[in-house]
Amino acid sequence: MYNERVMKEFAEPKNVGFIENADGVGKVGNASCGDIMEISLKIDNDIITDAKFRTFGCAAAIASSSVATQMVIGKTLDEALEIKNKDVVETLQGLPPQKIHCSVLAEEAIKKAVEDYRDKKNN
Amino acid sequence: MNRIYFDHSATTPTSEEVVKEMLPFFTDIYGNGSSQHSHGREAGKYIDIARRQVADAIGAKPGEIYFTSGGTESDNWTIRGVLSGYKAKGKHIITTCIEHPAMIKTLESLQKNGLAEVTFLGVDSEGFICLEELKNAIRPDTVLISVMTANNEIGTIQDIKEIGAIAKANNIIFHTDAVQAIGNVKIDVKEMNIDLLSMSAHKFYGPKGIGVLYRRNGIKLGSYMTGGEQERNMRAGTLNTPGIVGMGKAIEIATRDIEKNNKYVSELRDYFVAQVESKIDNVYYNGTKSDKRLASNANFSFEFIEGESLLLRLDLAGISVSSGSACSSGSLEPSYVLLATGRAIELAHGSLRFSFGKNNTKQEIDYCVQNLVKIVQDLRELSPLFLIKKGENKYV
Repeated sequence: MYNERVMKEFAEPKNVGFIENADGVGKVGNASCGDIMEISLKIDNDIITDAKFRTFGCAAAIASSSVATQMVIGKTLDEALEIKNKDVVETLQGLPPQKIHCSVLAEEAIKKAVEDYRDKKNN
Repeated sequence: MNRIYFDHSATTPTSEEVVKEMLPFFTDIYGNGSSQHSHGREAGKYIDIARRQVADAIGAKPGEIYFTSGGTESDNWTIRGVLSGYKAKGKHIITTCIEHPAMIKTLESLQKNGLAEVTFLGVDSEGFICLEELKNAIRPDTVLISVMTANNEIGTIQDIKEIGAIAKANNIIFHTDAVQAIGNVKIDVKEMNIDLLSMSAHKFYGPKGIGVLYRRNGIKLGSYMTGGEQERNMRAGTLNTPGIVGMGKAIEIATRDIEKNNKYVSELRDYFVAQVESKIDNVYYNGTKSDKRLASNANFSFEFIEGESLLLRLDLAGISVSSGSACSSGSLEPSYVLLATGRAIELAHGSLRFSFGKNNTKQEIDYCVQNLVKIVQDLRELSPLFLIKKGENKYV
């Protein structure tokens, strides 16, 4: 069902965990749907210097989160917000149709983490 | 090391003895069993032998055995055949909410089109139906009671004899989907008052693509597959001689060895279950711990983890198991069988079925447990739910 690229990412995901004293955290999905994705960011001068994830979900959800964290590190917040789910799918060289929502969750988790940071900063 | 196969409820390898029996029917005895000439009669002779082997295994008469393409066809034929055979009586069918999709999807589709009215009986936490609930569901227009002998996901074995007695007392046709049970559970259709029974050869070390519908003599059953006059004008289509011969041999072996195999496989299963429960925290055993369970079946929910991830990590370690059932794989829905037993949706998402077979070994179980412990730990480290539970997540 999954291609080799997805399986590789799933077998050896990068950036697993949670950043202590993270500057922004985004958590999306819920357990009853079978997917929860949480991305935590370290942000310095509007640049994402570190990203980690924890995911409860299928192989596609884990691979998508791993890819998403790798994509955002080194990017500015505005650049990170431009990441779309199809970029995640492209990096993974494709996902089965019924698993596309996993890449959407990854996009949403990034957005939410950046928003979380901006909210905290503004308050 | 060789890959480990713990998915015998999905399918079994065809045993070498069975394959050997089948081979001549591809190249030497290739006649069409319905032809009148010598080639045909020769093939027909072996089809008769296989028919008797199947009949003997379940206490039926050879004339009550109809070869089909497998369990799904037998289930479909039952439903559609009874509805047309007993049209004058009604269209109400009683079944359970944990049947195989071959039953549930077919019934839902017929119900949607107004061709059937279906009562789906619930089950208790171990997967058993309530016999009182069954009795209460019976109506004057009930034409069929269909209850699977053993469940494919959690292995629960229903009280088929008692259900058969209830059906008989109320003069209602009783069908059982015995696809998972044949070779694992002793069945006598007369003693258990079974009118119709579905089975599939590949679940008991026979070939794929061949099954049987047993029909008690006298039960009115409309044809489902129409065309030629095969199977006493009840099921059209050239007879699959190699498959039929293989099925006959496979059921003969399965019946002969049932006690030996059940003892061996249940010991493996019990060992596995004990190992998992002692080495992994927050696991939930799905189904019953009583002996009313398939000897081959173990089903666990691993809290904080989604089943597919676990299945694929085990696959990477060389171990084949199943989440839910192979028939549901690819769907995003949690197991409807586990939900029916009252499992929380999160736990239903995190279930795995291990189904053992006669060729498995204790060494394979040890290897599996060793990997399972590590994989569960790794995936839990990855899971935000696990940390929430441990109280380490301040963003809850």
